[in-house]
Amino acid sequence: MNDWEQALSDTVDLVPPSGIRKFFDVAVSMDDVITLGIGEPDFVTPWHIRESCVYGLEKGYTSYSTNKGMLPLRQEIANLYKKNYAIDYNPAEEIIVTVGVSEAVDLALRAILNPGDEVLIPEPCYVSYKACVILAGGKPVPVPTKIENEFRVTAADLKKFVTPATKALLIGYPNNPTGTILTEEELNGLAKFAEKYNLIVLSDEIYGDLTYGGLEHICFSTLPGMKDRTILFNGFSKAYAMTGWRLGYAMANPVFIEAMNKIHQYTMLCAPVTAQVAGIEALRNGEKNMHKMINEYDQRRHLIYEGFCRMGLKTFEPKGAFYIFPSIKETGMTSEEFVENLLEREHVAVIPGNAFGECGEGFIRCSYATSVDKIAGALNRIENFLKNI
Amino acid sequence: MRELLQLLEHDARRPVKELAAMLNKPEFEIEEAIKKLEDDRIIMSYNTLIDWEKFGDHNVTSVIEVNVAPQREVGFDAIAERIYRFDEVKSVFLMSGSFDLLVIIEGQSLNKVADFVARRLSTIEGVTSTRSHFMLKAYKKDGTIIDDKEDDRRLVMTP
Ligand SMILES: Cc1ncc(COP(=O)(O)O)c(C=O)c1O
Repeated sequence: MNDWEQALSDTVDLVPPSGIRKFFDVAVSMDDVITLGIGEPDFVTPWHIRESCVYGLEKGYTSYSTNKGMLPLRQEIANLYKKNYAIDYNPAEEIIVTVGVSEAVDLALRAILNPGDEVLIPEPCYVSYKACVILAGGKPVPVPTKIENEFRVTAADLKKFVTPATKALLIGYPNNPTGTILTEEELNGLAKFAEKYNLIVLSDEIYGDLTYGGLEHICFSTLPGMKDRTILFNGFSKAYAMTGWRLGYAMANPVFIEAMNKIHQYTMLCAPVTAQVAGIEALRNGEKNMHKMINEYDQRRHLIYEGFCRMGLKTFEPKGAFYIFPSIKETGMTSEEFVENLLEREHVAVIPGNAFGECGEGFIRCSYATSVDKIAGALNRIENFLKNI
Repeated sequence: MRELLQLLEHDARRPVKELAAMLNKPEFEIEEAIKKLEDDRIIMSYNTLIDWEKFGDHNVTSVIEVNVAPQREVGFDAIAERIYRFDEVKSVFLMSGSFDLLVIIEGQSLNKVADFVARRLSTIEGVTSTRSHFMLKAYKKDGTIIDDKEDDRRLVMTP
């Protein structure tokens, strides 16, 4: 008998298993589970966007597009950045349309990393970053952040982890899982740091539209001197509620985009054309619906924040994305114990904070991209759970 | 205020405690605001959208285009009032275009509605003609899709 495990690549072995798999299986088996564990909008894609895709199919948009994506779509992306952030990206050579931000991050890392190159990754962070760095042959270097500082990362934090092998900094604000956003001053601190150590900055701004309380998102490449060294990621999954369409994009200088396109053309060819057609409609006419959704997230954000404060769990007010990241240290349980017990006793699914990095231990991630009734119900159950431990 | 109204329009039963949290305001402020909106009749009533069909009632609804001869001084208002005072009449709107009043009537049967139109509505002085249309099926009512098949299809946990 062949031992197929033996046959696997060493790189795959290096990738840690998912931190949520085992809870997932338990959660699916319950029929009355309330889940705050979903990292995607509860809205269905707005109808006008879906309708445009149907129309596109009727007109026969079923073939490959150019590798970098349909030019009208890239043009709309450029227009969007011009309008929202007053920054110019040339649609012909500085934008590539990808299969979600997921692919874009992978392409960027593969395009820039040599074996052993180190990438600084402030944690807690989105689960894919570390894995993608490993798969690209690089070495992820987690930079822990703390709740006392609302999980903001500073140049001083990063400095402790810089080595001659450090090649890039990978950040994601507004942040999944913490909801943290950085101020312009803080971002400038990171920009100066990147300049000083000549790092490429990979900035995942997929939640950029989802900021609250009048706080405006700052696009990293608009900071002085940063456009040239930044690979910017954004997509349609969150702001337009289009997760299943698999559509995202990266923007950077032509050298990076060309290198990414080289990989993309052989591994993906192009992003789904049906989704690209819908993406054009989303960018042209999707703003109103997007703001409606953002407004609803904001109301739910207040509700869930107030709920956790009332329970006495140490939490800070999230300013972006649709997650809140309360501390459960006072319960004496680890994140995983908490999640397991909560699921078992009260049938509420949340994600253990350590799934997003070691420093997420002692926290849970709750998504408020779910209906107000479900949030209120989940809060009641969590409160009940805390009373009985 | 607008946000509060939108929330109530969507779900009038949402507890004040939740409304206050969602709008980031103290509860007493929400209570006072609702009271004032009610007093000013901006909030006119709290209704429930019921699927009577599903409950087993098979009422018929008729949309009637009514032409009227407007009257001196009161225009359409007096005739409109004579119409909307009937219990059978659910809604009355003054319209631009090829007819004047849009009247929506609900009754237990086709006969009853037809009878109402023939005996009550068209005999009102000033009503010059009527055209009735019977509704066959409701797909969406007051913003609510009747048979919405868009369930939450997301997985229970995703990163
Ligand atoms: C921070 C972050 N980046 C990227 C992604 C993946 O996005 P996409 O659907 O565009 O691949 C997610 C999805 O959860 C995310 O939270």
